[in-house]
Amino acid sequence: MPQTTNHCSAASFPLLNPGFPDMPMTETKTTVTRPLSPHLQVYRMTLTMAMSIAHRLTGAALYVGTILFVWWLLAAATSKSFDVINGFLGSWFGYLILFGYTWALLHHLIGGVRHLIWDTGRGLGPTEREFFAWVTIVGSVTLTFVIWMLGFMFKG
Amino acid sequence: MRTPLGRVRGLGSARSGTEHFWVQRLTAIANVPLVLALVILVIVLAGRSHASVIATLSQPAIGILLLAAVISVIVHMRIGMQVIIEDYVQGEGMKVTLLMANTLFSCAVGLVATFAILRICFGS
Repeated sequence: MPQTTNHCSAASFPLLNPGFPDMPMTETKTTVTRPLSPHLQVYRMTLTMAMSIAHRLTGAALYVGTILFVWWLLAAATSKSFDVINGFLGSWFGYLILFGYTWALLHHLIGGVRHLIWDTGRGLGPTEREFFAWVTIVGSVTLTFVIWMLGFMFKG
Repeated sequence: MRTPLGRVRGLGSARSGTEHFWVQRLTAIANVPLVLALVILVIVLAGRSHASVIATLSQPAIGILLLAAVISVIVHMRIGMQVIIEDYVQGEGMKVTLLMANTLFSCAVGLVATFAILRICFGS
């Protein structure tokens, strides 16, 4: 499918194009008819791919979930109906939501630390990135349980 | 007339250089301890009475922790969502609209949270 794309002409980079140093530096609209690079649907799903998608999905879920947190805070600050909301959060269904939110958060957190390690140039090899994927999966589930046990210990 | 060097110095295709990348990393690191503390706090307080929750949240250390977490998290989530929008939304009009909505949502969440925390801490 032809697609219009915006790109700099090679003349924008005179060092890379010593033959035409005097050509104007312009951005041009060109119709590209060459094949475009294939996207997700043609690749076999790999674990690292799934983790990349999960990182974005959990990030987006946490984004939306801030509404719940702010609602809870605002209710605590202003409303007499706070006990209803907090009672709901303290029910089994409320705990289920909070538990899921905790897992999404920890998944995103450990996945984020993985990105920080990658930023230093380490851990990009095939075995290491596979290892990081498993650390994220096992670690997020384990830590979710640990944090909830800690929470209930403090709760008394 | 701008030279090629002038065009790229400090600015990439995102027109903001690496600041976005850097802030995302900075807030990511800040978020690790702040968010872990926050999660434990919420688990402990869920199901408690209003008076008990207010008594806990109005402690100075907890109020400061909450404010720090809110600021760091909101900045992080705003630029994170910005990247998602820039990656997947093709139409320029829709993209600009969603980028604005993203900023407004983040500001709204941040302001409401800050208001609530200050009110809890300083009483009403």
